[in-house]
Amino acid sequence: MSLAAALVLLPLLAAVLLALLPDRASRLNIVASGATLLLAILLVLTEPGGDGLLRADALNMPLVLIAAIVGFGTAIFSEQDVAYEMFDRRRARFYHAGFQGFMAAHFLALLSDNLGVMWVAIEAGTLACVLMVALHRTPAAIEAAWKFFILCGVGIALALFGIIVLALAAQPLLGHGEQLSFLALRAVAARADPGLLNLAFIFLLVGFGTKAGLVPLHSWLPDAHAEGPTPIAAVLSGLLLNGAMLGILRGKAIVGTNPAVISPGSFLIVLGFITLLLAAFSLWRRRDAKRLFGWSSIEHMGIVAVAFGIGGVPGHMAGLLHLWGHSLVKSAAFFAIGRAARMKGGQGIESIAGLTTTHPALGWGLALAMAALAGLPPFSLFASEVLLAMETGRERPWLLPLLILGLLVAGTALLHAMQRLCFGLPTPEPIPARSGLATLLPLWVNLLLAAILALAMPEPLARMLLEAARLLA
Amino acid sequence: MGIGELPYDVAHVLGGAMLLVSFVLLYQRRVASLVNALALQGALLAMAAVWQGYVQGAPQLYVTGLIALVAKGVLIPIFLRRMMRKLAPGHHTEPASNIGLSMIGGALLVALAILVVLPVTTGAKALAREDLAVALSIILLGLLMMLMRRSALAQIAGLMTMENGLVLAAIGVAGMPLVIELSTAGLVLVAAVIAGLFARVMHERFDSLDTDMLDPHRGEGR
Repeated sequence: MSLAAALVLLPLLAAVLLALLPDRASRLNIVASGATLLLAILLVLTEPGGDGLLRADALNMPLVLIAAIVGFGTAIFSEQDVAYEMFDRRRARFYHAGFQGFMAAHFLALLSDNLGVMWVAIEAGTLACVLMVALHRTPAAIEAAWKFFILCGVGIALALFGIIVLALAAQPLLGHGEQLSFLALRAVAARADPGLLNLAFIFLLVGFGTKAGLVPLHSWLPDAHAEGPTPIAAVLSGLLLNGAMLGILRGKAIVGTNPAVISPGSFLIVLGFITLLLAAFSLWRRRDAKRLFGWSSIEHMGIVAVAFGIGGVPGHMAGLLHLWGHSLVKSAAFFAIGRAARMKGGQGIESIAGLTTTHPALGWGLALAMAALAGLPPFSLFASEVLLAMETGRERPWLLPLLILGLLVAGTALLHAMQRLCFGLPTPEPIPARSGLATLLPLWVNLLLAAILALAMPEPLARMLLEAARLLA
Repeated sequence: MGIGELPYDVAHVLGGAMLLVSFVLLYQRRVASLVNALALQGALLAMAAVWQGYVQGAPQLYVTGLIALVAKGVLIPIFLRRMMRKLAPGHHTEPASNIGLSMIGGALLVALAILVVLPVTTGAKALAREDLAVALSIILLGLLMMLMRRSALAQIAGLMTMENGLVLAAIGVAGMPLVIELSTAGLVLVAAVIAGLFARVMHERFDSLDTDMLDPHRGEGR
């Protein structure tokens, strides 16, 4: 069995076990996530390749590694967090099984070479997430889950239409059974009908764009992040959005090889800028801390879309690096804010203040995470944003003012919120508690990794980043 | 293959009939008729799949047809009707917004689908391209239905229609791999949405299935 297959099957097995075993669910969850992380590290160290359904390449291997890191951190965080949820036994079992089920689906979506299998995996991951968002059973949670479900249902239906049209475009060129393979499609797309490829890309972009939180079908995202359990918000932002972005990237890599199509980059740039600007201004109006971070995810997906739209090797490198950094930092921010909301008894921004005074390790962690999200050094989001700005200035200088405007408005909004959350007079705590290692460890490890990505990226990762950008450009 | 040849004509008639049912779904207010129309569309889809299986010599499409017939033609409609009767008795009609406007919107969307698909598919086989135009029309009409009608049942019907359109598109592509898997996965999605509605009605005991009810819980409580 290949490593890639093991990486999908291990969380799946863990999900089945967690659904069956009554006790020690959160411990088993951590063990399974840790083992998955080991497998992911092994996978990154081996040569890319593999044939048939699963194929590890430079594009998906770093995303798999990041997903495993964030998954492991989330499993540790959720051991502490779930204790506050007062889940009954059945629901706690369901929650942990759903978490591992989502991880399995996400790894399958990342590693699959077959676009049909990728689509099925993304759908399965969505179903798992919807169930977990609805877990609180409050009317607000049900509304958020329903909206998530309906919008993403429409989104993935549109994406499937795009995939079917791709298969139709490849039909005269490829043998039976190969029409959905990414590798085969990429090889023949240059000879396929450009009209069909255009049609396919539009549907892939709108469909997977819905899942990635791109405007206009983004409105599920803040609600789903705010109303579900915090660990789910961390994996929604850290993993699910990456999976959807990878779908768009695969579509772009196939369609872009044909010189006669309308450049897929221009669609991405337009959608990306609308997303970035809308989210940047919306960030100023947020009163709920988890919704704030949800909107910040929309903003960052806008930046990523712009980077992939600008294209070229530097543009794609900026986009990929931004995806990696965003996963690490955003999940760290959710760990911190989730813990703070537990201690302060509410997730409104006004109910949390002065965290650095009462809980220095947690408060400074949150402050650094928010500074990183605002694009300040020394984190990798700063590096990717600078790279993007330089490439935009070189390729399409007239877009640079818009990009800088979006980044500044969003960055200052986050810094403003950071000041209110982390500094000033501390708000009272109903139940005084310590931050706890289960929050601090994943929080600081993720921040450290995001800084390492910017300052001293390990050589294999740097090589893969370059290779993936070349593959896409 | 062109007009006047049997494979083409039959596929066209079945696809066209599905499109007509989509228009019925767009304006139908009575719950029972809405469910009947969904069942009819499912059955037509099953026939289209079997016909394509026969024309293309692809036996796996018979399985797709069978799944569509059993699930969409029979089981889901029976379940929906029972659920509505049991959980929301006296709930015979659904709110529908302006019928004339929906019809005009629907006609425009069909025109759009044809205008978009036919010019770009000149290279593909005639059967595939016209099938694709019909399928895209059905998908867009499903989307319109979800936009125009607020009730949860109508949103489910819209999503089911979209899914029917997707399967129709998939079976029209000769040699398309994974048709059974993809159509089953789509079906799971629809079934899950229905289960979600069921859970919502059961647990929350909402008086109405109108999604407007939930609006106060939207966003930040503005």
